[in-house]
Amino acid sequence: MSFIKYFRPPKVSRLAWKVWLRNKDVFAKTYRVSFIPPFLEPLLYLFAFGFGLGFFITTINFDGLTVSYREFLAPALISISIMNSGFFECSYNSFVRMHYQKTYDAIISTPLNIEDVITGELLWGATRSMINAGIIILVVSAFGLVDLTLVLLVIPLSFLGGLLFSAMGMLFSAITPNIESLNYPVFLLVTPMLLFSGTFFPLSILPGAFQALAFIFPMTHLVGITRGITLNSVGMPQFYSLVWVLVATILLTILSINLMKRRLIQ
Amino acid sequence: MPSIVVAKGLVKRFGNLVAVDGIDFYVEEGELFGFLGPNGAGKTTTMKMIQCVSPKTSGSLEVAGMKIDEKDREIKRILGVAPQENNLDPDFTTYKNLLVYARYFDIPKAEAERRAKELLKFMQLWEKRDVNIDKLSTGMKRRLILARALINNPRILILDEPTIGLDPQSRHLIWDKLRALKSEGVTIIMTTHYMEEAEQLCDRLVIMNLGKIVTSGVPAEIVKEQAGKSVVETNILPKVMKCVKGFKKEKYEKVGEKIYIYTERPRHVLSTLISECELGKVQVRESTLEDVFIRLTGRELKE
Repeated sequence: MSFIKYFRPPKVSRLAWKVWLRNKDVFAKTYRVSFIPPFLEPLLYLFAFGFGLGFFITTINFDGLTVSYREFLAPALISISIMNSGFFECSYNSFVRMHYQKTYDAIISTPLNIEDVITGELLWGATRSMINAGIIILVVSAFGLVDLTLVLLVIPLSFLGGLLFSAMGMLFSAITPNIESLNYPVFLLVTPMLLFSGTFFPLSILPGAFQALAFIFPMTHLVGITRGITLNSVGMPQFYSLVWVLVATILLTILSINLMKRRLIQ
Repeated sequence: MPSIVVAKGLVKRFGNLVAVDGIDFYVEEGELFGFLGPNGAGKTTTMKMIQCVSPKTSGSLEVAGMKIDEKDREIKRILGVAPQENNLDPDFTTYKNLLVYARYFDIPKAEAERRAKELLKFMQLWEKRDVNIDKLSTGMKRRLILARALINNPRILILDEPTIGLDPQSRHLIWDKLRALKSEGVTIIMTTHYMEEAEQLCDRLVIMNLGKIVTSGVPAEIVKEQAGKSVVETNILPKVMKCVKGFKKEKYEKVGEKIYIYTERPRHVLSTLISECELGKVQVRESTLEDVFIRLTGRELKE
């Protein structure tokens, strides 16, 4: 009953944009450092899985398609980056800004309210996902694993997916007692999603119960849509996944803003 | 002078704890108003309600004629806030801190740059404009926080312990700046633990204890009213206590080994003590705000 109130749409003003700008300014200042990890990470995965594992698995059959393992892997790498960028930006990074730097306290003394601050943070997290997805798209395109025209559709999707995982990260920031405890959602949720969302192998080879569980993961749906786009086989499953992602994004966004308000406004 | 902040029956509860227990006060436009009280008295909580960052439990609180729970963004637009805790943005330089903060108030870029430069000079931070804030001393950080609070040309400046932890030079510098701002017509509301600071700066003040206002008014008048003209301070000895009980007009307070006698006739008290009791050390001095503070809020530690 009392939990319902956390799903009430918060009052957000256009001033949320100012928080996005603040984070953008910090990012721009440290861009040399900011761009290296999203560039290196997919290369590591690509070498380990694409070229290492891909040596043994040359082609893969799933959903009636036959593609090379590297082509199967490429959209998963983009999705992993979308998830990680958004989640980590709005969990660890946001927690540091909130708890250690007191940045939120400083901002809410201006015409911005806490709802604006959190919204700005989430939009920034989504932007980070989009930037990092863009970098990976360039990398995998350079290897000829995706068609550069098709994959451009993934850019807007990466913002939506980024918002979803940013809200998920912010949700844990809102309820975690300290920064160390943020390790729990990472090990119990993010890592399983990274491994079991149809990323490195098709979900159809998992036992039924596991498959059902995996379908709860938002990551499964994000990977499904991204792969549909890069392999040019978008159909009803991708449409349902998109609806799922949209609904989850809206709910998690509202919930994370309200729970953060509960934490900070007393 | 019209009142710019008016509180009536203001209450703030945190669960079972009553942090602010039905207080009434008003602040007039253009005055420097102080909140005094021991730690946990409810000063900061009251300030946070004025700032619209902590909702009230009950009662009413209006800032510039606007209710805090209806017009929070509008109120925050005319406030400048310097918190007790350093919350400058560590990701930016001194100058950029001001620019980023100005943006939250929708101040156009050119205007923000002009004001930021002016404020850095006003607060004697111009040489440090391109320095990251972790390289600033405590005093510089306090001044930057004050400069930041002024970026939107506030009508009301809210300062929570503005000189805490500062050396005398830095403290006097801040006092000078506050006097300058007051003369420009800015209303200033501050909390402080320093009695000297309150006596020097505040036009009026309230002393809070356990969530209530225990006294209010002009500092000199409060001192006269609550602690009399003078204080006779001596050690507690059995004979001294007997003497003191003989004084009909005097209030006194025992603290540890000492007794403080508040009086309008220090000569009489002193001569009686000297002639009729066996005295240890004795001291006569003018009453201060500190005497009032301690009389009203008790000597024991509050935490």
